[in-house]
Amino acid sequence: MGAKYFGARVERREDEPLLRGQGRFTDDIVLPDTLTAVFVRSEWAHAKIESIDIDAACNMPGVHSIWRPEDLPDCLRGRQTPIQVPNAAIRQPHNFSVLAMGETTCVGEPLAVVLADSRALGEDAAQMVFVDATPLSVAADLATSIEPGSPLMFSGLTDNIAADVTLEYGDDTEPFANAAVVVEESFHQHRGCCQAMEGRAVLAQHDRDSDQLTVWSASQTPHMVKNILVEMLHHDDAMLRVIAPDVGGGFGPKGMVYPEEILCAALAREIGRPVRWTEDRREHFLATTQERDQIWTMRVAADDNGRLIAVDGDLIHDTGNAAPWGIILPYIAATTVPGPYVIPNYRLRLRSVFTNKPPTTPLRGAGRPQAVFAMERMMDRLAARLNLDPAEVRRRNFVQPEQMPYAMGLIYRDGAPLTYDSGDYPECQRLALEKAGWTDFSARQAEALASGRYIGIGLANYVEGTGLGPYEGSKARVMADGRIEIASGAAPQGQGHKTILAQIAADAFGAPMEDIEVKVADTAAMTIGIGTFASRITVNAGSSTHNAAMALRAKVLKFASLVLEAPEEELEIADRAVKAHGTNRTVTLGELRRFANGMPGFTMPEGVEPGLETADWFSPRQATYCNGSHIAEVEVDIATGAVEILRYIVAHDAGRLVNPMAVDGQIQGGVAHGIGNALFEYMLYDDAAQPVTTTLADYLLPMAPDVPDVEIVHMETPTPLNPLGVKGAGEGGTIPAAACIIAAIENALAPLGVSVSECPISPQRLVELMDAADSAKGAA
Amino acid sequence: MKEVEITVSVNGGSHTETVEPRLSLAEFLRRTLGQTGTHVGCEHGVCGACTVVVDGRSIRSCLMFAIQTDGSEVTTVEGLAQSDAELGPLQAAFRRCHGLQCGFCTPGMLMTLTDFLSRNPDPTREEIRIALTANACRCTGYKGIVDAAMEAAAEMRGKSDGR
Repeated sequence: MGAKYFGARVERREDEPLLRGQGRFTDDIVLPDTLTAVFVRSEWAHAKIESIDIDAACNMPGVHSIWRPEDLPDCLRGRQTPIQVPNAAIRQPHNFSVLAMGETTCVGEPLAVVLADSRALGEDAAQMVFVDATPLSVAADLATSIEPGSPLMFSGLTDNIAADVTLEYGDDTEPFANAAVVVEESFHQHRGCCQAMEGRAVLAQHDRDSDQLTVWSASQTPHMVKNILVEMLHHDDAMLRVIAPDVGGGFGPKGMVYPEEILCAALAREIGRPVRWTEDRREHFLATTQERDQIWTMRVAADDNGRLIAVDGDLIHDTGNAAPWGIILPYIAATTVPGPYVIPNYRLRLRSVFTNKPPTTPLRGAGRPQAVFAMERMMDRLAARLNLDPAEVRRRNFVQPEQMPYAMGLIYRDGAPLTYDSGDYPECQRLALEKAGWTDFSARQAEALASGRYIGIGLANYVEGTGLGPYEGSKARVMADGRIEIASGAAPQGQGHKTILAQIAADAFGAPMEDIEVKVADTAAMTIGIGTFASRITVNAGSSTHNAAMALRAKVLKFASLVLEAPEEELEIADRAVKAHGTNRTVTLGELRRFANGMPGFTMPEGVEPGLETADWFSPRQATYCNGSHIAEVEVDIATGAVEILRYIVAHDAGRLVNPMAVDGQIQGGVAHGIGNALFEYMLYDDAAQPVTTTLADYLLPMAPDVPDVEIVHMETPTPLNPLGVKGAGEGGTIPAAACIIAAIENALAPLGVSVSECPISPQRLVELMDAADSAKGAA
Repeated sequence: MKEVEITVSVNGGSHTETVEPRLSLAEFLRRTLGQTGTHVGCEHGVCGACTVVVDGRSIRSCLMFAIQTDGSEVTTVEGLAQSDAELGPLQAAFRRCHGLQCGFCTPGMLMTLTDFLSRNPDPTREEIRIALTANACRCTGYKGIVDAAMEAAAEMRGKSDGR
């Protein structure tokens, strides 16, 4: 049994229906008698809701019913959704209100819901719902909301601090006192919002005879949706099925469980008709979680060779009006700062701060891009201070391959000591530098400058904890026609899980890929599961698929040995059958399945469990750490501040690659997201926390001319932590992108003395910085 | 609102329907005709996911009213394949070049490029990138899409040269 498919650039089985317009996204599913939910949303960032008048709206055409907070079923009235990842450090738990009751804390928060025959009629009626509210003072901004005495996000709070945690290690009590070099800087970083091309969507149907409640949701985590619905609606979990059909991108925010999902399910059950809601783009800007703002203040000490002695940082994080995933996002950031470097002493204080804005939760990278930005910019500052090549300063501080496994000193978000399992960071950087022509760049730069062109180069490294537990399960079974079905808790949004799980299963079982059927994202196929986030599916679902398919193979051979009366080692699986070598005896997998299912009243053979079915739950002991080095080469037009990315190089190590084509796609797409974060994407609010950028004409996504073809170098250091040797690859493209692009911009503008300590950077802002640098020079 | 009767040809099939004047072409295709291949991404004419070809021009079906297409010929993603067995050359190139991930923006990408390649059968990568500014993709970073357009253009030129 060789690896026929593992490692091959296999074309995706997902593609053909999507290319034919035959995808099945949630909004494509049609059920008879469906009502459309339209939400009446808060116009205020913070207000006391006095009353909601629905009299006029109730009489509008096509309206079935209108639900205010006080009209909801008992189980939902005045309720908040549970925090999915609780943490003892959360001082003041606060989460989504199902419908805000009495007080609204964010523009876009659902206040009431109209059920109508069509969306248009529902929207007509929603406009006739009159909400009487008294505005309250607003926690509008991260920097001010952290201050004592500032306006509170919610009137029950003591202050706006949701959580306050310090992470630290190291023996030196005063590491900064005798350091040869200390560099300090503050960074304002903004990461915008999700903007999957498909917004959120949900459709719920309840059958009163059976009490079966079926929910289709454009979710990354159908099992989480099910768990929360079971809990909040007190519904028998055997009678509750959640399906994520085709999902049009996720990137993190679709991993949350939202009020709209709970309300559609609850109201479908309440009224006995299917209920649909499909988010429009404005709602996506208002009511889907974001990643938004962080302010980092960093202090780094080093010896006169540039070797790091200590890092001391302060991170304040805008959690918005809730913390659906607790402090996961800033906590990941806080543990990502050290990256590939040996840092003897480390301290980082993080405070998560409530504001009257949408909640922030992980978005592709999940706080790591900001951590890498903070650390890598400090490495550049250190290099500048010591007049060293930025690559050389990094080289002097790398964790060495022979130090693996390397216990960094902190506890990671999986609860295990943060221990890098494998990787060769110096070699990875070397490969990136070589590909980029790093050593020749200064000559090219000087030549360009001589002709009036400002080009620059930037480097950034990262280490990312991927493949987090607790587990993901897969089941393998022989179908009646002899094909193999894999059912997995994986829930894809474009990653190609069906293809890669088929590759893995085909190799493990020893069947052609065409004979492997894969079912994902359906709680009826796998009753428990976790979902897609943290670059975890190939590690968890891939490993459990491998194990389940191996076990199925073993079971098939055992039964075939009994049927064919031949030892297992003389059997061969081929053409959906098992043959005994050197004989003409053969049994099809379909026949074997019938045999394994047993005959009524007959005794099963000894030593075998009935059925050609197996299941495996893979639970990793800890995260597996992938790494990479990115280099960007840019040109800045100093008249307009426009930035063009001339080249973009990624050297990365995600362990063994199941499908390099899919990994290349993840990297190229991830880099595009990072380019958006570096140059374009800004979710802007005014001083009263009113959103300003609520269309894709205001909130800029990277478009085709903005994204170069990424030059990719793969390294494959297998992790010892799972049977496939795989690590996550979904987020590494994004994580260091803003750091290296902004380093390159700064490098291009070095002759003008421009320093950039914010992200993203717009052309307007770059021109301002150039002007300021010019005035400073003039003054000096 | 007074409803209006329209007759529209969609992928070669004629449809006569009575619709509200405010109904968008996208909703007409998706809800009235049940052809859900055309996707709605932003409903304000920026993302391009809903792009279809009307009388030979690619347009955003979220910004056009269904009644404006009375008497028109509309081509959507459902009309691109050669047959049930064979994808069209652009579709096949998307699969070969990994030009799609989640597939939500893909129908719009295909329709924009179908129109573009009919006008510019021998484009450069840069020309394709500029044509694609009509469409946003959050997954792919565009490279696979540009690769697919180049390959499909070459293949289609080969075929037309051979005739």
